[in-house]
Amino acid sequence: MVDIVKFLINPFGTMIGGILMLLVPILIGVAYYTYAERRVIAAAQLRKGPNVVGPFGLLQPFADAVKLLFKETIVPAGSSRFVFIIAPMLTFVLAMVAWAVIPVGEGGWFADGPWVIADINVGVLYLFAISSMGVYGIIMAGWASNSKYPFIGALRSAAQMVSYEVSMGLIIVSVIVCVGSFNLSDVVRAQKDLWYVIPHFPLFIVFFVSILAETNRAPFDLPEGESEIVAGFFLEYSSMSFALFFLGEYANMLLMCAITTVLFLGGWYAPFDVAWLTWIPGVIWFALKVCLLAFVFLWVRATVPRYRYDQLMRLGWKIFLPFTLFWVIATAGVLVAFGWLPNA
Amino acid sequence: MADFLADYLPILVFLGIAGGIAVVMVAASWFIAPQRPYGDKADAYECGFEAFDDARSRFDVRFYLVAILFIIFDLEVAFLFPWAVSLGKIGIFGFWSMVVFLGLLTIGFVYEWRKGALEWE
Amino acid sequence: MAIAALSFYVFAFITLFAAVNVIFARNPVHSVLFLILSFFSSAGLFVLMGAEFLAMVLVIVYVGAVAVLFLFVVMMLDVEVVASRKGVARYASVGGLVGGLLLVELVLIVGGRVGGLPNQTAAPVLPIPEMAERTNTQALGDVLYTDYILLFQTAGMILLVAMVGAIVLTLRKRSGVKRQNIQKQTLRTIDEAVELKKVEPGSGL
Repeated sequence: MVDIVKFLINPFGTMIGGILMLLVPILIGVAYYTYAERRVIAAAQLRKGPNVVGPFGLLQPFADAVKLLFKETIVPAGSSRFVFIIAPMLTFVLAMVAWAVIPVGEGGWFADGPWVIADINVGVLYLFAISSMGVYGIIMAGWASNSKYPFIGALRSAAQMVSYEVSMGLIIVSVIVCVGSFNLSDVVRAQKDLWYVIPHFPLFIVFFVSILAETNRAPFDLPEGESEIVAGFFLEYSSMSFALFFLGEYANMLLMCAITTVLFLGGWYAPFDVAWLTWIPGVIWFALKVCLLAFVFLWVRATVPRYRYDQLMRLGWKIFLPFTLFWVIATAGVLVAFGWLPNA
Repeated sequence: MADFLADYLPILVFLGIAGGIAVVMVAASWFIAPQRPYGDKADAYECGFEAFDDARSRFDVRFYLVAILFIIFDLEVAFLFPWAVSLGKIGIFGFWSMVVFLGLLTIGFVYEWRKGALEWE
Repeated sequence: MAIAALSFYVFAFITLFAAVNVIFARNPVHSVLFLILSFFSSAGLFVLMGAEFLAMVLVIVYVGAVAVLFLFVVMMLDVEVVASRKGVARYASVGGLVGGLLLVELVLIVGGRVGGLPNQTAAPVLPIPEMAERTNTQALGDVLYTDYILLFQTAGMILLVAMVGAIVLTLRKRSGVKRQNIQKQTLRTIDEAVELKKVEPGSGL
């Protein structure tokens, strides 16, 4: 009897504890990312931004959450009710579940191996698979609303996400050729001495622009362009369904920053291998890098004007795709020619 | 095998927890907030008039073309994945094998470029 | 591994349930959504069998790409729900034939496995490497591009044909469309864009 209880508590207890230790900081991080966005953009436009609720407006995200909680959930008359309700949940769940394979640190007091919930062999593929499913939340929302603007927004968004996913895949392949494993912890460990941002710098830039497009962020925010199609695919949403879309979208942005950190910025490693830098736990470095990239997201939004649709498609298909294809072959060619391949 | 599946179990649990949070959030709001739907409120968003017809209409064939091209390039990327991890073992021959494969697809890519399939207007 | 067994039954049940609903759902869009669910839980079944690469590629290619196209086609073709029910009797015979053939083939394969075909031993079967040494992605990559190079290149040819076919079938040229020529735009100089004219007072241009 005791054994059974132990069995139930032990592996499951630590597993669920681990999941909550990741999930709760992410949710708080996402909540404060929305706040940070408003403050940063306000600063860029010489405004103040939210500063009333709590000191420096720090309680603003919670006020927003409470407000949305008390709003009525409106389901439009002509909509497909079930799909309409499921779509935001799908977006939210996918944005959360992808975090399960992201390694945020290694060793130390907390765990022997990498700090990750599921250290699977095909972590990179898992992330690629989850992000390729992200388009469904949007298509389902746009279609279920049965309203014109969401429909147009969903259509645009689907074509856009799909276009940039190809170059993202090719970029991932270029990195994986250098690592020789799909395990994300291995990807980070391979960068102990040299972050991939240095040899693959052009690729890093292309990847960053692609994730802007993949998350439908400015300057590629045509699917939700406020000034033309009023909000795009989540126009008809209200209350907590709206909040789930919002959370999902911002969690996706942070997730993409985390993926960039893992693929290019050396994950949990300190920038230089000196004692007073490596003394700081890896998870702090990881968080700092994610915050830096997340800030660039906001910076770009405050700075760059929106692309036109034909320009967006041109950039994805005619510039990024050939370039990343070339880079894959070039990387592999160099590695083969000099015999630098991993696990040869 | 058991170890391998144990790696995947947390993902399943994670899926359950995240799904639970999503459902609870929507359900909580459904119960807490007053729900008083009526005709005009539940109408689709329009510029002050009733929607003329169903919003789900036909659209430009280019979107299909983008989806088809995406499938082809996605498959190409899927072929690249195992190649990337075992390039160390298959070496030069594997490398040139892939170059020929990508060469074929580059022919297709050049064709679609010259045909103007990548142009949007 | 009670959990593995339980997950198998859950995934198998969802796969079957979704597959049945693909056929019986009234709305074609719901059919496609059920198809996606069915793909997804099949990926779960693959993971349970240890084929993790296959599972991920199933999701990436089928859920992430093929089903998007299906959804595009079905969603936007504006299929009348009632009309699509009419032809059921007409297609039943053809569908039944195809289904029956597939069933016979399946029985043959499974029967061959269980009963043992005469030539079965002669077929070259590579040993499956232990997962700890070589993940199944690597095991696949080790043979796909070298031992099976002809099949691999054939796949490339098929993709090329598909690409050309898609363009030939769907590309329509429109007339009177203004396109942006970025090179021309950026190479424009002040000399050809702006002209300074001396305007006499009171005379206009």
